[in-house]
Amino acid sequence: MASNILEVKNLYANVDDKEILKGLNLNVKKGEVHVIMGPNGAGKSTLGNVLMGNPNYEVKKGSVKFMDEDITGEDADKIAKLGMFMTFQNPIEVPGITLSNFIRSAYQAKTGGRIRIFEFKKKLKAAMEILNMDPEYADRDLNVGFSGGEKKKAEILQLLMLKPELAILDETDSGLDVDAVRIVSEGVNAFKKEVDGALIIITHSTRILESLDVDYTHILVNGKIVKSAGSELVAEVNENGFEAYIK
Amino acid sequence: MKEKTRVEDVDRSIYDIKNKDLDAYKFQSGLDQDVVLQLSYEKNDPKWMRSFRLRCLEMFNEMNMPQWGPAIDGLDMDNIVTYVRPKDNKMVADWDEVPDEIKSTFERLGIPQAEREALAGVGAQYDSELVYHNLKEEVKQQGVIYSDLESALHGEYADMIRDHFMKLVPPNDHKFAALHGAVWSGGSFVYVPPGVKVEIPLQSYFRLNAPGAGQFEHTLIIVDEGADLHFIEGCSAPKYNIANLHAGCVELFVGKNAKMRYSTIENWSKNMYNLNTKKARVEEGGSVEWISGSFGSHVSYLYPTSVLAGRGASSEFTGVTFSGGGQDLDTGCKAIHLAPDTTSFVNTRSISKDGGKNTFRSSIVVMPEAKNSKAAVSCESLMLDSISRSDTIPAMDIRTKDADIGHEAKIGKISDDAVFYLMSRGLSEEEAKALIVSGFADNVSKELPLEYAVEMNNLIRLEMIGSIG
Repeated sequence: MASNILEVKNLYANVDDKEILKGLNLNVKKGEVHVIMGPNGAGKSTLGNVLMGNPNYEVKKGSVKFMDEDITGEDADKIAKLGMFMTFQNPIEVPGITLSNFIRSAYQAKTGGRIRIFEFKKKLKAAMEILNMDPEYADRDLNVGFSGGEKKKAEILQLLMLKPELAILDETDSGLDVDAVRIVSEGVNAFKKEVDGALIIITHSTRILESLDVDYTHILVNGKIVKSAGSELVAEVNENGFEAYIK
Repeated sequence: MKEKTRVEDVDRSIYDIKNKDLDAYKFQSGLDQDVVLQLSYEKNDPKWMRSFRLRCLEMFNEMNMPQWGPAIDGLDMDNIVTYVRPKDNKMVADWDEVPDEIKSTFERLGIPQAEREALAGVGAQYDSELVYHNLKEEVKQQGVIYSDLESALHGEYADMIRDHFMKLVPPNDHKFAALHGAVWSGGSFVYVPPGVKVEIPLQSYFRLNAPGAGQFEHTLIIVDEGADLHFIEGCSAPKYNIANLHAGCVELFVGKNAKMRYSTIENWSKNMYNLNTKKARVEEGGSVEWISGSFGSHVSYLYPTSVLAGRGASSEFTGVTFSGGGQDLDTGCKAIHLAPDTTSFVNTRSISKDGGKNTFRSSIVVMPEAKNSKAAVSCESLMLDSISRSDTIPAMDIRTKDADIGHEAKIGKISDDAVFYLMSRGLSEEEAKALIVSGFADNVSKELPLEYAVEMNNLIRLEMIGSIG
C-alpha cells in the first residue's frame, strides 16, 4: 500500500487569535482526490492556507508532514518547492511581470534549473489550449485586468505547468459559469492524468466534482472533520445539506 | 522576444569600479575667483561666458544654502574638486580611440553596445569632460546637431546657445544654479530643426570617477517647431567615503507643436549630493514628457519644472524614487501654467526601505491667464518597513476659477497576501517583494525602452535582494 504524502495530525490553528482549526486529522496518498465540504466559516480555507504556509495563520498544536518532511510552520516557498500548490480564491494582481515570465520564474525556482525558452513556450501553449485560453494572456501582466474566470484559469494553468505532487483547489469553481467550470475540470483532469497528482478540493458546491473521480469526501464543521466517506457522501450532502452535522 | 538582454548581467560591482590615477589634471579642492578663471581658461570660453561665470560665482557666494529640504551639512564646498580632466583627454567619435581604462568602464556599463543596438547618438562624459560623442549619419543628414557644449560655443550655433544658455534656469534661481553657472563643464547641446522627427533616442551617460569631485554638466536641448526628440540620460559613480557633488543643469526648449521626451535613470553612489536642476519651456501645442527614475545618491533635490508658455502646451511627469538606508531623497516636479488650455499630469511612485527617507514635493501653479487648464497629480508611496519614512508635499497655487485640478495621494505597505501568493509558487520572500516593488514602479518602467526598463528592474532587485539573479 502506498504511503501518505500528506499527514495532518491533531491540527489546531488560529487566525487573529481566533481558534479556527480544532484538532483536524487528514491523510492523503499519491494520486488521491479528497473533497472537503462544509458550511461557511467551518475552517475550509483556513486548512488550505495553513497547509500552504500562510504566515497570517498560526499553528498552535499538532503537525503537518508532507513528502516525508515536517512542514509545520515552514515558509510557503519551501513547501511549494516540496511539491504543494494551492489555487487562490482571489489571485493577486501583479503588474510588471507577464503571466508567462512569472510561470517560468516559478518553474525555475521550483526545479532549481533553467528551462529553455523555446521548450517552455511550447509547453505553455499546449497547457493554454487545454484551458481554452487566449494565447495573448501569456504576455499580459499577471492577473492584471483578468476577469474572475480568467484568473481561475490562470491558476489552473500554473497547476498544469508546475506539476505539484499535491494541489489544493480553494473554491476554484466559485463564481464561474457552467462552461468555465467544465474547462477548469478538464484542466484538473489533465493534471491528474499527466502527473498522477493528489488533490484536495475545497468547495461548497458540487459542480466541479461531476467530472472528477472522487476518492474521499470529508465534512468539515467547526474546525474538525466530522465525517469521512467515499464519493457517495457528495450526493448525500447535495440532497440534505450540512444540517445533520451541525450540532 | 529576447530571452536575455545585456543589462541582466549588471551587478553592483560594475557601478563600483574605481579607476585610479587616471586624471592627469585636476584642480585643488575649493572654489574662488582664481579657480573659476582657470576653468574658463581651460575651456577656452568666449568672453561673455567668462564674465558670466564670474557673475555666477558672486551670486553663489551671496546666496544661502537651502533651508527647507534634506540636510546638506555633509557637503563642504572647500572639499569639492570642481574640475577633473581625464588623462589624454580629447573628445572622439570612435570608441576605439577612447583611452582603454575609460572605455572599459563604459563597456561594462553597456554604453557602446546600446549605441549600436538602440540609439541614434551617444555622448559619454567622464568626470568633467566628454570623452566620446557621436551621432548616426542618417540623423546628421536630417540636420540634427548633437555635440558637446564647449565646442558648440565656438561653432555655427554659438549665438543660439548664447540666447538660451541659463535663460530658463537663471543662476539666481538657487545657490546651486549659481554654482553651476560658475563651474559648469561638459554636457551636451542638441538642436532638432523644424519638423524633424528623430525616431530613435539620443543618450548621454555621465560617469563621475574621481573621489571628492563635482560634476556640473550642462544639457541644452532645443527642439524646433513640430520636431520630435527622445533624449535619455544615465548617470552612475563608484562609492567613496567622502562627499561627491552633482549640480548639473538641463534646459529644454520645446517649440510650437514640438514633442520632447526626457528620460533619466539616475544611479549615483550613496555618497553623492545630487542637487540637479531641470527645466523645460513649452510653446503652443508642444509637449514635454519627463520619465524619471531616481535610485542613487545620499541626498537629492530634484524637481524637473515645466513652464507651459503657449496655448495648449502640455507636460507629463512620470517618476519613481527608491530610498534605501542612509538616503534622503526629496524629489518631485513643478508645472507652471501660463497660457490657456494647458495641461499637466504628474504620476509618481516612491519606495522607502531600511530607514530611507522619501519626500514627494510638487508645485502646480495656474496663472490667471491659463483659463481652461487642467492639472492632475497622483502620488503613491510604498513603505517596506516601519523605520522608513515617506512624506508628500503637494502644493497647488490656482489663480483662476476656470481650471480643472485633481490630486490623489496614497501611502501603503507591501501586501502580505501578495507576498504569500508569490511565495506559494516557490519564490523566496525577497524575490516576491522585489517582484511586487518592480510592479509598483511600472509606471516608469513601461515608459522606458526595453533595455532601460530591464536595467531599472535590476536596480530594484539589487536594492531588494542585494544581488542580481
